[in-house]
Amino acid sequence: MLKRTPLFEIHRSFKAKLVDFSGYEMPVQYSGIKEEHLAVRNQAGIFDVSHMGEILIRGDRALELVQELSVNDASALKPGKAQYSVMCREHGGIVDDLLVYCLSDVEFMLVVNASNIEKDVTWIQEVNRGRAEISNISDEIALIALQGPKAVNILQKLTNEHLDAIPPFEFRSMKISNYDNILVSYTGYTGEPGFELYCNIRYVNVGDLWEHIILAGDEFGLKPCGLGARDTLRLESGLVLYGIDITEETTPLEAGLGWLIKWDKENFIGKAALKVLKNSGIKRKLCCLLMMDPNRIPRSGYSIVDKKGQTLGEVTSGGLSVINERGIAMGYLPVSVGKAGEVVYLRIRNKDYPAEIVRPPFHKRKK
Amino acid sequence: MNHPKELKYTREHEWVRDNGDGTATVGITDFAQSELGDIVFVEIDKLGEAVEKDESFGTVEAVKTVSELFMPVTGEIISWNESLEEEPELINNDPYDKGWMIRIKIKDASQLKLLLSVDDYYQIIS
Repeated sequence: MLKRTPLFEIHRSFKAKLVDFSGYEMPVQYSGIKEEHLAVRNQAGIFDVSHMGEILIRGDRALELVQELSVNDASALKPGKAQYSVMCREHGGIVDDLLVYCLSDVEFMLVVNASNIEKDVTWIQEVNRGRAEISNISDEIALIALQGPKAVNILQKLTNEHLDAIPPFEFRSMKISNYDNILVSYTGYTGEPGFELYCNIRYVNVGDLWEHIILAGDEFGLKPCGLGARDTLRLESGLVLYGIDITEETTPLEAGLGWLIKWDKENFIGKAALKVLKNSGIKRKLCCLLMMDPNRIPRSGYSIVDKKGQTLGEVTSGGLSVINERGIAMGYLPVSVGKAGEVVYLRIRNKDYPAEIVRPPFHKRKK
Repeated sequence: MNHPKELKYTREHEWVRDNGDGTATVGITDFAQSELGDIVFVEIDKLGEAVEKDESFGTVEAVKTVSELFMPVTGEIISWNESLEEEPELINNDPYDKGWMIRIKIKDASQLKLLLSVDDYYQIIS
């Protein structure tokens, strides 16, 4: 039996197309991926991402535990701040990518991928050895993402707090519409400005809140969006997806996430292995590819080859850049090849089509 | 969802219109276009060739996925819908009329009888 989010009935009544995503029955699209994608780029879109996992870590030694788990430096956080990071195994492979929210000096919330909730909880408990209190609150928390250049205008209609005062990667607890204590975070996975609203389902009628946001957004062209558009938006913005672009077999150094690693930190899991890899040099790296032929769309699993047809790697994420109307992809390539400006070939149904290696993102946000 | 009674269907979600002159028009069904989502590119790679029933005659690329197109009956592909080059979304908006894909010269008319009726097709997609 698939799990359902508190917004399931809304998705069904608005005829969203529903699919199984990591064990949740989730909307993959509402009006159409292109239309939803463009709404987020140009106006705003609202997504149900309640399937995401939330894990609370509490106690005097909570920071100590987070510091061990995360390659980024959580001691740089203050209450109200969040940071992107990854957790690694001892060998440097990625357990998951996540957001670390500092709720107080002794309380952190880790927001993890739906597909990894059980694995992450097990891992965190294993590392913890009883030092901090760990609770998986994923089933109590609904998450609404409101993304796009008009997101702030829409949400501002529903609160007295000054949303402009929240910088990226910061959050505040506030009243939105009729509901108190909603954690409003300036974060997202679309490459656009916007907010993610963490709602405790015991106190918030999430469906009611969703409808209030939809009404408030009407004049701004807000559209409900599914996970399909979320995926095309994140790929176009050059953001990696766990399970596809990053896995336990890839390291943050290879995935272009080396900037997350704070080497000065005393210790974190994977540090020794990652240090060795950094010193010896990585052999492959995750590259972004832009198809030269406008009509060829790379898909996950397609081979990436050189001019002579020798295999170099394979596509991890692939699809259409809706903004540029060009096929785009990510994939691991040998470092000798993987330089911006180089041309490689994508094997599509036994023919090779050229693609240029480009620096992410495929689409830059309008300032 | 709309699936006209007068058309024939395949398990691979093509529809077939018998034009009564030895030719047939082929496209994909409303169900298929809806499953694929926004269609961005159609490639007919066997134009002018004789293609066996159930063989691939091209591909349709949607934002999220790609799908092969299969011949409902054996025949020669005599023309394709060139408006799809500029407007592949015609398949989403009007799958049975403006979104048609190919016209074929049927080799063996008896193969038409093997195609599914609309009721049979509904059994498959429901």
